[in-house]
Amino acid sequence: MKILNKKFWKNSVTGLAAGAVFAMGTAAANAVEIEYWQYFFEARVNAVDILIENFEAANPDITVIQTTFPYADYRTKVAASIPAGQGPDVVQLFYGWLNDYVDADLIRPLPTDMFPPEQIEAEFFPMVQAMKRDGAYMALPTAVRALALFYNKRLFEEAGIEAPPETLDELVDIAAALTKRDGSGNITQVGITTGMNAQDHHWWREVLVRQFGGSPYTDDYKTVTYNDASGIAALQWYADLETTHGVTQSGVMDEPQAAFKAGRAGMHIDGSFRIGALNSTRGLEWGVAELPAGPDGMRSNYSSYWVNAVTSKAEGEKQEAALKFMAYLTSDEAMQIWLETVGELPAKPTAALTDANKADPVFGPFVEGLGYARTTIFANESGQRQVIMDALQRILLEDASAETALGEAAATEQALLDEYYN
Amino acid sequence: MFGYKSLSIKQKQVVWAWGFLALPVVFYSVIRFYPTFGAVLLSFQEWNLLGGKTWNGIENYQKLFADPVFWKVFGNTFLYLILGTPISLLVSFIIAYNLDKVRFMHGTIRALYFLPFMTSTVAMAWLWRWFYQPVPIGLFNNMLAAISIPQFPFLKSTFWALPSIWAPAVWAGLGFQVIIFMAGIRAIPNTYYEAARIDGVGPWTILREITLPLLKPTIVFLVVFSSIGFLRIFDQVFNMTTNDPGGPLNATKPLVLMIYDTAFNAFDMGYAAAQTVVLFTVLLVVSLVQLRIMRDK
Repeated sequence: MKILNKKFWKNSVTGLAAGAVFAMGTAAANAVEIEYWQYFFEARVNAVDILIENFEAANPDITVIQTTFPYADYRTKVAASIPAGQGPDVVQLFYGWLNDYVDADLIRPLPTDMFPPEQIEAEFFPMVQAMKRDGAYMALPTAVRALALFYNKRLFEEAGIEAPPETLDELVDIAAALTKRDGSGNITQVGITTGMNAQDHHWWREVLVRQFGGSPYTDDYKTVTYNDASGIAALQWYADLETTHGVTQSGVMDEPQAAFKAGRAGMHIDGSFRIGALNSTRGLEWGVAELPAGPDGMRSNYSSYWVNAVTSKAEGEKQEAALKFMAYLTSDEAMQIWLETVGELPAKPTAALTDANKADPVFGPFVEGLGYARTTIFANESGQRQVIMDALQRILLEDASAETALGEAAATEQALLDEYYN
Repeated sequence: MFGYKSLSIKQKQVVWAWGFLALPVVFYSVIRFYPTFGAVLLSFQEWNLLGGKTWNGIENYQKLFADPVFWKVFGNTFLYLILGTPISLLVSFIIAYNLDKVRFMHGTIRALYFLPFMTSTVAMAWLWRWFYQPVPIGLFNNMLAAISIPQFPFLKSTFWALPSIWAPAVWAGLGFQVIIFMAGIRAIPNTYYEAARIDGVGPWTILREITLPLLKPTIVFLVVFSSIGFLRIFDQVFNMTTNDPGGPLNATKPLVLMIYDTAFNAFDMGYAAAQTVVLFTVLLVVSLVQLRIMRDK
């Protein structure tokens, strides 16, 4: 094509125009164009750009177009577009949304010859099995995320603390040493950030409740079981950070990660997706540690993931191209690129639990956490989050006991679950 | 074409008139009435945006009226209105009445009052959200801390959060109301005032007997307009409470935010449509009642 164009260039301007039209015509004839959608998060967009470049180099006849939307709009855009036959051929969905899409026949099962279930089960983390329907997988992740404790190295040094906390008791002591107040007693630097709205509701549900001896739900996540002595103890412990120990203030500096980024928080619990943003914060020296162990040494973690799926819009050669792209997105190579660009961990233990990753000071604690992490199956994540947020607010603002607050939370959440599943 | 030629001039005029009228009629039918009707239908259905719709009768309405959160939210919505409309009208009238008498830098002062109205609500809401933060970043609380006064909870209190969101909303709408009031005051013929002065009437009587009665159309317009605005309040609340939408403990949640949450977080479109129909009915009733009460007798 290039040679053809060059010849025309030498001839005349009209020749060039004709050549361009000709070139465009042939290119369109043998190229398949597919669309990939995800929400906008800079590191993720960059990662997909790299993946598309590699994929197109290996498959010159396929063009992948990436489209992104702000996170707040993403779910609605996807939900409105796919049923209308408008949206993407390959789409990124939160694992918790899968049911609705499967029920509405909006995504296609991955063919078992290209994606054999036995192989997936042998290679991927077990939580991915939630993506299986009738013997075939509906969707697969590139990466998974877990929680860990971020800590500010400078503040630790300043307070003479050598290592991040290993247990919940140590966490309280260290947080106390890191807390600063002004002359009127107002907190100006928190020992640990809190706020059930960010990642703490996951920490409470899957980690604290279990560490205090309970379990948040039945195994199918359709029944609330945290409303017992262990759940109450877990909520009380969390509320005590603010009410008794005074080492935190929920919502300090508006958002917990903002307080940590600004160096106004000694510790902060967050997901692996925060790594990219913290890396680009100048002057912040931070480290990562595993979530502290419970009273009897038990560790737990919460893991979540976004999956890729082929939509029912992709048909014929587009479907073929979409499946090829899916295969690449879930390859070891793609997972490594994702880890390096976004900081999210590979979805396969073979790729994630390598010695190099375990020894990595930043990825290490997350990788360890993945080994014992649980994945909550949400019916309505924001609704279920609100329930836990409200329980804490009742304690902080209305002086309710942890028992009353949790009782109300359990009843409300159970109603949400019943309505969704029945 | 033959048919058209055989029409009389009068009939042709009718055809043309309807031809032009068809445009807004079609526009309103397609853009307004069709979706409104669709929402009413949807309120009797169950739909999660992805799958098919199924009929479920009046279940959505039963659920709505049995939901304590709905009644809390309903109360909040009216609180925004009951606090908002009278206070903002009173304040804007006082400003307009006095500003009308000011000659010094009149244009500049008027522009200053109008400025917040032109500012994007989202930007304004975020700015106020930061003003309200506790130390170390909140402007108001930093000022309080500087003079050793305890922190004020603003958005973190179930009692004060609603007024804290309401205040910037009133402030932002003030400019518009001031301008409309001033236009209304200017439109009152000067001869009435001259006659009153010749009769030796005091300023209070002039205000009560001339200015206010003649401002009635302006007041009716502003009452209806601002009531609809407060009943539909959303942007301020949504942007100032994104960490806990409508919180704490639903203390600031207006009806529109509940609708948004039901539709785009819970994806319960039928239930959201039922809430929308209730809001629509409330708006309609409030507007009709106000127009009736304030109608010229």
